[in-house]
Amino acid sequence: MSHDATVERRFDARRLLHSPLALPLIGLIVVSVLMGFASDNFFSVSNIFNVLRQVSIVAILAVGMTFVILTGGIDLSVGAVMALAGTIAAGLMVNFGMPGWVGLLAGLGVGVVLGVFNGFLVAWGRMPAIIVTLATMGIARGLGLIYSGGYPISGIPSWISWFGVGRIGIVPVPVIAMVIVYALAWVLLQRTAFGRHVYAIGGNELAAKLSGVKTQRVKLAVYAISGVTAAIAALILTGRLMSGQPNAGVGFELDAIAAVVLGGTAIAGGRGLILGTLIGAILLGILNNGLNLMGINPYMQDVIKGLIILLAIYIGREWR
Amino acid sequence: MLELNGIKKSFGPVQVLHGVDLTVRGGEVHALLGENGAGKSTLMKIVSGILQPSEGTIRVDGQERTFADYDAAIEAGIGIVFQEFSLIPYLNAVDNMFLAREKRTRLGLLNRRAMRERARMILGRLGVTIPLDVPVARLSVAEQQFVEIAKALSLEARILVLDEPTATLTPDEVEHLFTVMRELRRQGVAIVFISHHLEEIFEICDRITVLRDGSFVATCAVADTDTDRLVEMMVGRRIENSFPPKPAHIPAEIVLDCEEVQLRKNGPVSSFQLRKGEILGFAGLVGSGRTETALAMLGAFPAARCRVRVDGQEMRFREPADGLAHGIGLLPESRKEQGLITSFSILQNISLNNYGKYRRNHWFIDLKAERAATADAMRNVRVKAQGPDARIDTLSGGNQQKVVIARWLNHQTKVLIFDEPTRGIDVGAKAEIYALMRQYTAQGHSIIMISSELPEVIGMSDRVCVFKGGGIVATVEGGHINSEDIMTHATTGRTQNVA
Repeated sequence: MSHDATVERRFDARRLLHSPLALPLIGLIVVSVLMGFASDNFFSVSNIFNVLRQVSIVAILAVGMTFVILTGGIDLSVGAVMALAGTIAAGLMVNFGMPGWVGLLAGLGVGVVLGVFNGFLVAWGRMPAIIVTLATMGIARGLGLIYSGGYPISGIPSWISWFGVGRIGIVPVPVIAMVIVYALAWVLLQRTAFGRHVYAIGGNELAAKLSGVKTQRVKLAVYAISGVTAAIAALILTGRLMSGQPNAGVGFELDAIAAVVLGGTAIAGGRGLILGTLIGAILLGILNNGLNLMGINPYMQDVIKGLIILLAIYIGREWR
Repeated sequence: MLELNGIKKSFGPVQVLHGVDLTVRGGEVHALLGENGAGKSTLMKIVSGILQPSEGTIRVDGQERTFADYDAAIEAGIGIVFQEFSLIPYLNAVDNMFLAREKRTRLGLLNRRAMRERARMILGRLGVTIPLDVPVARLSVAEQQFVEIAKALSLEARILVLDEPTATLTPDEVEHLFTVMRELRRQGVAIVFISHHLEEIFEICDRITVLRDGSFVATCAVADTDTDRLVEMMVGRRIENSFPPKPAHIPAEIVLDCEEVQLRKNGPVSSFQLRKGEILGFAGLVGSGRTETALAMLGAFPAARCRVRVDGQEMRFREPADGLAHGIGLLPESRKEQGLITSFSILQNISLNNYGKYRRNHWFIDLKAERAATADAMRNVRVKAQGPDARIDTLSGGNQQKVVIARWLNHQTKVLIFDEPTRGIDVGAKAEIYALMRQYTAQGHSIIMISSELPEVIGMSDRVCVFKGGGIVATVEGGHINSEDIMTHATTGRTQNVA
């Protein structure tokens, strides 16, 4: 029996092709090559880091989204939660003269509180995730606008810009943050009991519950994680814009969902890999970047992206 | 009116009907009787065109017919009301009766007045009045049943099959249903009535056909028989020897004391005790409350009342995880829907609730230990599979069940609840599972076994609680664990209302 196992573990091209990562990877390679032909600049180190820096915010939002979608849920509130976290953080620093780190912690707190709020209503309130998080999206967006009067809050300590535009060596800080968040998520999903329970709930919630998995707690946790990743994304955004923007991140939840789905995660839950989400996010970023480099009309870009997502999902459906 | 001759049916290599005869006359209520799995439902699916017989003939009014599908049977005048209703809950009675056969006006719009009129006429024929303007979900179960019957009659059915229509009705509603059935009988409709409740059969039926293990046993007039004879016909004499020997002596020590459980408000209140090292059988008909009682103990079914003591200590389990924490595990009746994560491998399914066992640095899974423990667990229960990474949906039913068992044996449990442990499993795997269950109790652990298969209940249980109508009507042990006693309790027993 153990002999079989080692045979199966050995490298095998067919196995790789059947891996859920195969399709997103092929997509990534195809799109990169196409973009490389279309633009001389595409494969330059500076452009690659540029793309990665641009995708970092959506990619980090997509981490929390992956946890939520793996359990069979959805979180529409991430864009608005990110905006509110950034606005509150900036507000505390500017209007109340608090030190920067207090503002950042408060931003993180906003993410946690709203994530727990979502999770509590979904898990214990037994309300559909799509409705709960839609409502939270409206609430968070509205609170940010009320607090700021609709204007950006600027004048935050200058060191905060390091999170948005700083570099360590040649690597942008947001890219490093993104890598760390993905690494933590991978460990959580693949190496802890919690991660297995996340997959189990998406695969068959009733069976998981009857087996003794504390399904409600796990569901609360995934929404809380989504709130935390939204707050981390807010930190990078605030650093990049050097202000709290109550109107930031409109529609980012849809980009995050697109990244998760392009990465091969089943929208019904139970199947998917965090690495796939990273590939999906980068794929989306390259499309944005490449279409820009090609000078395509931005309205047209949205149409093209939509069609590509449909195509990808269609192929993915046939793949299994 | 309806005549079935030598009906045989096989699913792949498994033959479920071995030549069944059934003759139903116009103007009679004909009971179809048999244990769970005797082949009643399969036979009725053949009559209604949902399944095709492998052999045998169906005659309607003396003419030989083959039904290609459900519609063909309706065409021939056969209507069937299944256990699970096929009504659309949000539509009203009229819309349901004419679903997909709507009457239209010349403009192509719905002719609502004509449909309403016809619905009222048919319901009038049944002698019932039902509000026609509310969604059927708001009607009582009995009223929904009348809508189903009316729907069949609106299709000109002259042969009506009622598959366990009384299972979910109150006594008053049953009486009402019988009035309707008598009226239809008077009008010359042939009714096939499936029920496990013998007293109902004696009340309403004219003749009875008994099936056992897919074979025809007898057809006789109700007047010529009695309860004992029917039970004997249903159960027959069977030789079973795949069961491991029962222990001679069970200590009196009680590990689990269910002091009172009441599933529904105003329902019967039951209690039972589980002793150390015993297998306690839960027998009874489908829907008699066996599974719900077990789930209620673990907090997975919202019972009106439930008080449980584990090792003498009062417990209140809010969810199965709490039960697990006190060493009580559940192997649910539907492996696919309640037991397994089908997208998981064998390894992941076995370790699903076992991560406490192989931790590293508190937070992480020790993958090596997990793999080793899984290999051990698979060897213990002898799962036949490619390896621990094989996907669960590639396994046979028997092996899937062994994986669920392995999950729980891998755990520190002292009480396991097996709900239908051998459903859909071949004979060889059954014997292995029985042996595993005895191994488990031999270690001083205890089992509650819910089963619809009487031979299994008799062969495995040290004591048996018999359920009927949501509560325990009798607890039998020793020589009283035989099919006649259990079936008699399960079909005629009275539940005592303590509340």
